[in-house]
Amino acid sequence: MGFRSQTAEVAGGIIVLPARIIEPVMTGLQKFLGIKRMPWVFLLPNLLAVLLFSLLPVVVNVFYSFTGSDRLYPSERPFVGTSNYATLFDCGNYFDASSCASDLFWRAVGNSLIFVPVQVICMIGVALLAAVCLNREIKGRGFFRAVFFFPVMLSPVVVALTWQWILQRNGALNGILMTIGLEPVNWLVFPNTAFFWSVFVTVWAHMGFYTIILLAGLQSIPKDVYEAAKMDSATNWRAFTRITLPLLKPVLLVVFVLCVIRSVQTFDELYVLTGGGPGSATMLIVQYIYEVGFAVQPRNFGLAAAASILLGIVLLIFTALQLRLSRNSQNG
Amino acid sequence: MTFTRIGLRAASALLAVTALTGIAQAQEITVYCDDIGFGCVTMAPIAKRFEAENPGTTIKLETVSYQTIVESLPVQLESGEGPDAAIITDLGGLSRYYLDLTPYVNVASFEKEYGQVLQWLRGADPSSKAINGMPTSLTVNGAYVNLALFEQAGVPVPKEGATWAEWAEATRKVSKATGTDFSMEMDRSGHRFASLAISYGAELVDDKGQPVIDKGLKDAIEQFVAWHKDGTMPMDLWGAVGGATHRELFSDFLNAKTVFYFGGSWTLSQMDKEVGDLFDWEVVPAPCGPSSCTVMPGGGALVGFKHTKNPELVGKFIDYVAQTKNNAEIIAASVEIPSSKSLIEGGVTYPGASERTQQSLSTFIAQIPKMAPAAYRFQGWRYQRAMMNAMTTRISQVLNGELDVDTALDRIKQDVDLAIKAAGSK
Repeated sequence: MGFRSQTAEVAGGIIVLPARIIEPVMTGLQKFLGIKRMPWVFLLPNLLAVLLFSLLPVVVNVFYSFTGSDRLYPSERPFVGTSNYATLFDCGNYFDASSCASDLFWRAVGNSLIFVPVQVICMIGVALLAAVCLNREIKGRGFFRAVFFFPVMLSPVVVALTWQWILQRNGALNGILMTIGLEPVNWLVFPNTAFFWSVFVTVWAHMGFYTIILLAGLQSIPKDVYEAAKMDSATNWRAFTRITLPLLKPVLLVVFVLCVIRSVQTFDELYVLTGGGPGSATMLIVQYIYEVGFAVQPRNFGLAAAASILLGIVLLIFTALQLRLSRNSQNG
Repeated sequence: MTFTRIGLRAASALLAVTALTGIAQAQEITVYCDDIGFGCVTMAPIAKRFEAENPGTTIKLETVSYQTIVESLPVQLESGEGPDAAIITDLGGLSRYYLDLTPYVNVASFEKEYGQVLQWLRGADPSSKAINGMPTSLTVNGAYVNLALFEQAGVPVPKEGATWAEWAEATRKVSKATGTDFSMEMDRSGHRFASLAISYGAELVDDKGQPVIDKGLKDAIEQFVAWHKDGTMPMDLWGAVGGATHRELFSDFLNAKTVFYFGGSWTLSQMDKEVGDLFDWEVVPAPCGPSSCTVMPGGGALVGFKHTKNPELVGKFIDYVAQTKNNAEIIAASVEIPSSKSLIEGGVTYPGASERTQQSLSTFIAQIPKMAPAAYRFQGWRYQRAMMNAMTTRISQVLNGELDVDTALDRIKQDVDLAIKAAGSK
């Protein structure tokens, strides 16, 4: 009664006509498919979108990874078997990038293996610290929450250019150093400092997003638990390690996985800030894929596709790990 | 009543015919160009005039970044999309997408005016007689020198014929005496490095279109690395950046932070506007290597693309821009070196450009006859960009101790071979 009459009232009788058409169709479908299969009918539009925009590109990418030539149309791309994968894996010693045919790919893999854990640890550490501070009753809390979130809204290219102006030889940071009588440092010229700033800039740019998630998690912890701990004379540190962290575990897990996936995909900020340099010190996997597939000419779409499939497999492993961990967490 | 009805019908018919004719005549093409030199800004008045002379046509000049032309445009073209025409710089690399303009342009005039440069647009097909586009301007690599610093240091400016080593020695003395940050700088660009390499005897590409890694290239890389190690050149450009990224720090020369800057003719207009007479500067003749005193030629071309729905309009517009009067007007506004024979021979007046800029243009133009055949061959090579990218990437790795020079040379060869293989031809 409710649905039908409401529709008629809200739409002034206009929607009644399609409802009259749809209802018999749906009833017929339900009779034909059975009630258990009916949810698929409602899922169909979304499923089609996922198939078209997510699964189809993956299939196309897999196809490209087994084909050669710099042509884009599948019909113009000859099948080359596993030759692209063979090029990527052609190594004398996997621990020495110089011995590999695709040395830049392995340098990028090596850099990513260092960059991802360092960045994730820093990102979660700083975001958690910021969330804990912003969760307290401090003056101007709303302002500080906004300040931490602002960089998230900036375009990665703007972030990178801003930091380039700060860090370059004649940049703002060296200006400050010289004002206080210190020697200027060419921050982006040395591999170690360039790597440090790569981590710093990406953490600065994205921590606000994770801070907000963690802040929401902190606010969902009941206050009376802390009051009980206070009555038992628990120190702040003890309350943090024994109450906050355990209760925040499910949120931390989500943040961890999101952070790892985002970190593996890092590209835009570093491409503008360092171009992967000095040398190849800050080149990560996505930049390698981009350069091979789009920046270098003729474009090696096949090799880029093969490298991106390998990256996809790594991300899939992380996702599976997350599902496993979250299931364990729910179970116990 | 009947009269009114007939009148209304006649008016409706007339309106319909007019509308249909309008639809049939209304044609629009999109042209990608950047805003430096011979680009959207300087072409705009000519495009407006063309539209006025050809009612019903619209020439939409779309200003895009140089990066878009280098990186995005080829992908758009490969997928059968993109603009109807564009000013491009990878002349040979994009050859398979070009529209043959022969039916729409004055072929004899194009052949007479642009001769050798037209061949660069024909890619790997030496027998082709197609007219694929109009070479817009010639660019020439070259060095800008801060004469005020030389004078202040009391060091004589090296004369024409001085070697790269002599320039390095002289500029080191100047930077030491004047406290200037650096002696020499060179854009992080394979094209700029090719000038040095060819003057050191590098062939880069042979007659069969295969990459050449020789002693000349090795010597040039070793010299270049030595200049970075001893501080003659800053690490900011070639050392601090990775991959195939193009980077330049012309601002260092504008701010008198380097004595010698190796860039190109396309920044003359910027130099004229931003420095003018603030300090004494000039463009110097090409420094010499053991093999020659060459720099690299370059330039852009206004080309049409095969996928256009209005090939005739594309051809007509390009033919219009190529007409000497129009071409001269754009060249003068962009303060660039013309590529058309009659403008080179007859000279171009650059209204508003300072005497110093006019003189610098003359110096650039004077380098053209001195360019080595290897430089022309490299510029027209289909895999030029693959080699240039490989050189920037690998030299930066040498500067950072990731590779030694010999390994870098092997890698350059390997990178270009892989690119040739990827393109599916030998």
